Amino acid sequence: MNTTRTRRWTPVTEAMNVPPREGRLVIAGSRQVAVFNLNGRFLTIDNACPHKGGPLCDGIVSGTTVVCPLHGQRFDLETGAPVLASQPDFLRTYPTRVENGILYICFEPES
Amino acid sequence: MKPRLVVVGNGMAGVACVEQLLKRGADYEITIFGDEPHGNYNRILLSLVLAGERPAEEIILNDLNWYQNHGIRARLGVKVCAIDRQRRCVVDEARGVTAYDKLILATGSRPWIPPIGGADKANVHVFRTLEDTQALLAKARPGLRAVVIGGGLLGLEAARGLQLRGCTVTVVHLSSVLMERQLDATGGEYLKRKLEALGIRVLLPRQTAALLGNGRVEAVAFADGGHIEAELVVIAAGIRPNIELAQQAGLAVNRGIVVNDYLETSDPAIYAVGECTEHRGQTFGLVAPLYEQGRVLARVLTGDRSEAFTGAAPAARLKIAGVEIFSAGSIDETTPGVEVLRLEDPAAGVYKKILLKDGRLHGVILVGDTSDETAYTEWLRKGTDLSGMRKQVLFPPHDPDPGLEVAELADNDIVCGCNGVRKGAIIAAIHQHGIRTLAELKKHTKAATGCGSCGPLCSKLLRAVAPDFEEETRTTLCACLPFSYEQLREIVRSQRLKSVEEVLAVYGNRKGCEVCKPALSYLLDMVWCGEHEEDRSARFINDRVHANIQKDGTFSVVPRMRGGVTSPAELRRIADVAEKYNVPMVKVTGSQRIDLLGIKKSDLPKVWADLGMPSGQAYTKGVRMVKTCVGTEFCRFGVQDSTATGIELERRFENLYTPHKFKMGVSGCPRNCAEATVKDLGFVGQEGGWQVVVGGAAGKTVRKADLLITVATAEEALEAAALFFQYYRENANYLERSYDFVERLGIEKIRKETVYASPEAKQGLLDRLARSKAMAKDAWQEGAQPVHPTQFIQIEVPEAALK
Repeated sequence: MNTTRTRRWTPVTEAMNVPPREGRLVIAGSRQVAVFNLNGRFLTIDNACPHKGGPLCDGIVSGTTVVCPLHGQRFDLETGAPVLASQPDFLRTYPTRVENGILYICFEPES
Repeated sequence: MKPRLVVVGNGMAGVACVEQLLKRGADYEITIFGDEPHGNYNRILLSLVLAGERPAEEIILNDLNWYQNHGIRARLGVKVCAIDRQRRCVVDEARGVTAYDKLILATGSRPWIPPIGGADKANVHVFRTLEDTQALLAKARPGLRAVVIGGGLLGLEAARGLQLRGCTVTVVHLSSVLMERQLDATGGEYLKRKLEALGIRVLLPRQTAALLGNGRVEAVAFADGGHIEAELVVIAAGIRPNIELAQQAGLAVNRGIVVNDYLETSDPAIYAVGECTEHRGQTFGLVAPLYEQGRVLARVLTGDRSEAFTGAAPAARLKIAGVEIFSAGSIDETTPGVEVLRLEDPAAGVYKKILLKDGRLHGVILVGDTSDETAYTEWLRKGTDLSGMRKQVLFPPHDPDPGLEVAELADNDIVCGCNGVRKGAIIAAIHQHGIRTLAELKKHTKAATGCGSCGPLCSKLLRAVAPDFEEETRTTLCACLPFSYEQLREIVRSQRLKSVEEVLAVYGNRKGCEVCKPALSYLLDMVWCGEHEEDRSARFINDRVHANIQKDGTFSVVPRMRGGVTSPAELRRIADVAEKYNVPMVKVTGSQRIDLLGIKKSDLPKVWADLGMPSGQAYTKGVRMVKTCVGTEFCRFGVQDSTATGIELERRFENLYTPHKFKMGVSGCPRNCAEATVKDLGFVGQEGGWQVVVGGAAGKTVRKADLLITVATAEEALEAAALFFQYYRENANYLERSYDFVERLGIEKIRKETVYASPEAKQGLLDRLARSKAMAKDAWQEGAQPVHPTQFIQIEVPEAALK
């Protein structure tokens, strides 16, 4: 059955706290994610680079990808996919939306 | 009485023929009619005028003085409306009658407008004349949605020109292959990808059905039903020869005015050259064959029929920086007996296709790398038998004697056909202006500034003639921006671009990457000295938070300790900070400073405040430190005051940014305890003065610094240092250490342009350094005044919100 389940959205911060084309670290309990502002479009991925744990929130954004500041691994923010096939690890992405200037992230486990 | 020669058409082909006639000393009374109201100009360069790379007045080939000096009657802005062949005269629109003994038709061509509705709406343009170009320039502005109909040579150059003016450009092309007359499907696909990487949208195959809009164009509608918005439309769908005049006069015409191998029409007194002609069933749209026609006709008109025009192998080159395309000969691989060789490197964007017939070159397509263009052109022209050198066909061997081609040319031979520059004139200019590079040659002689095909030959000429020849290095920044650092500096300055986003939107792919964004940030800062828009998103994390990121994501903090001299009070504060923030490691660095390692980003502002010391810039491409020895203050061997001088040196340059990190050292005597000779800049004290040395290294490579100058006083040493420092800041490529920079340019050149430069040039360097210094401030001030509320802050979601 194709039922639409209501997602649980967690209010995180004011959207303006994430400046354009930059990322910010968001700590939610034991989880650390990086949220990015692609000129008004907000996307969230796991913060730790699967390569050596670098903080992706501190990476430079290039189009819809982010480059890890430690060793230059690159990930697609839309899919969590590594840009080079030589890196096998995907990052988890988190549904993100903005309503009335507040940034919401859905931290629920992936179905 | 002299025979009367009348030329109808003041374009490149007609005037080139007249120039050849003058060169041959022909004795005619010449009249030239031209529709356009100005002197003869280089139509090929209009795309560069549109792109803003060339002012309009620079593409004038012959100004009005030229006509006067050669006794030519110029009837400019006057249209010829009829030829009376019986009475041998032409009639112009002012009812003037001009008699001729010989008549040359050089009426050229005009843009072809496909039969689509709405082509007469406002803001629909063609791109053919200087007036068309000026009209486009008047309308083009950043953000304007422009659509170019036609993905041929001219259309693509127009598209890039408009894009460089800031327009958002879409190219719509009828065929599924761009430049399909010059490229095959694969080549077209490579080209498409390159254009898209530049940010030009390409729609293929798309047939335009109509231009929509109320009075002025608002959209382009396609035959398949779709449409796109358009505020400006350029139609570049091809050209048609202007044959009406010839047709009305009863001359033989087909698609063009029919000419034989001597450029004669069906009337023995009338000749034709240029884009209006049809020769052996072929019409023309590129400049090289038209010059050839002009040369042959000039011979014929002076009674020399020893040479005939036998047609020309087509050759075309796209003039878009970063998109190298060359195509020559016949590229139809279905021709019987044709063999095809291919090379593809998709990652590098390089595609080569070579067509051979009977062991000889038949055609060639080069995409992405056109460096072998000259070899292929020669093989085509000479019909070289390649059957014995099969392996080298894809990679032509480099000329064993590069000077031979130059030696074979006579001084009077034209090297640059577009601008009519002769070998002799180039050699004279090389000596007169001390030209060393192709760029300088272009500036002084205009050679190689037209279609560019003589560029390789000009380089050979330079190599053979110029005493200090420098090979042009064509390193581009990255795939996002197909320009060299030097070009980018020029672009940023001349186009007055002041933000990374702007540069990327207009000249790049709109995305940028971790390579070009920091480089552009540096460039803008250096060029505009703070008048630009600082964009932290384009900076590496170290320059967003002014600390050095470590392997675990924490940061290291190195306060400035000028000349490595500190005090008990400072040391006490450092110790207190280390304890208060549980700093895991405190380390003395190699540059006589103290490093606090393992600090959390969110603690940085507090750590800086507690330290009360300025940033040591240990995390950035900027001024690091001055390492000093104790010098005369305490050392019994010291002959100069190295600590005081080192501290002053550090004060003068601190807080400034450089293409790569910049380390300095000052030693008080030749024992050189501060290791000044392996620093980017060093002072070595000696009896009665200082040696100023530059370009030293003790890192990945070890290099002993070169002596810049020897001076008597510390103040003179500081001035020499300032000259070199600013010169490096302005001229080095981003991420080029001073030791690579000094090796690349050579210390002699650097001396000439810094310490031995003219007083004005020196003052310029010092003034620009002073301007930057006046704007520079201690980056750690951002601890108290962050540029963004969350610059150092991580966002924590309250427990309650997570439940």
